[in-house]
Amino acid sequence: MLGFTVVGSFWLEFIFKVGVLRRLKRVALSILPVAVIFLIWDYYAVASGHWFFDEKQVVGIYGPAGVPLEEFLFFIIVPLAALMTIEAVRAVKKHWKFGDEQ
Amino acid sequence: MTYTQLALTMTLVAILFDLYGTRSKIVTRKSFWNAYGIMLFFQLITNWWLTSRGILTYADDAITGMRIAAAPVEDLFFGFAMITMTISLWIYWGKKGVQRN
Repeated sequence: MLGFTVVGSFWLEFIFKVGVLRRLKRVALSILPVAVIFLIWDYYAVASGHWFFDEKQVVGIYGPAGVPLEEFLFFIIVPLAALMTIEAVRAVKKHWKFGDEQ
Repeated sequence: MTYTQLALTMTLVAILFDLYGTRSKIVTRKSFWNAYGIMLFFQLITNWWLTSRGILTYADDAITGMRIAAAPVEDLFFGFAMITMTISLWIYWGKKGVQRN
């Protein structure tokens, strides 16, 4: 699923030259605070039994609080795909407002 | 709190964060909703994959039971909240002059 998200979105980086990956500082400042909030949510959800991961279908590397490696990557890769998507829309619709124009 | 309550709460938090926290106001712009529509399409595919193959399972008492593409409807709110907060921050830093281009 993570592979599909990478394949489905990262081509935008090259075709539309959205330049998300080279703006690492802005990426980190946008993704990491949100990732922390959602990892806490994820931890709470697993601890409360809201959802379960199939142990046979994860690579088996677990971080703090028993959160699988895939879940950490999820909170990096999915938001990265989101940033590429909004920047790709900007590349196609140059006259639209995005809120950070000068 | 159940997943349903958390998902709705975080959706509200994300919208308030965008309007009054970062003041990016992306939820008022068609540029954001256009991008969200694209992402929603792909989320439905990945949700279906993760849920129908049993990679993720959900507790019946934590969700309403309403499902779209095999996954609980709550997942769409979870995704919306995460994506909205991330893009709202991205626009906020851009407006501040952090790596504008």
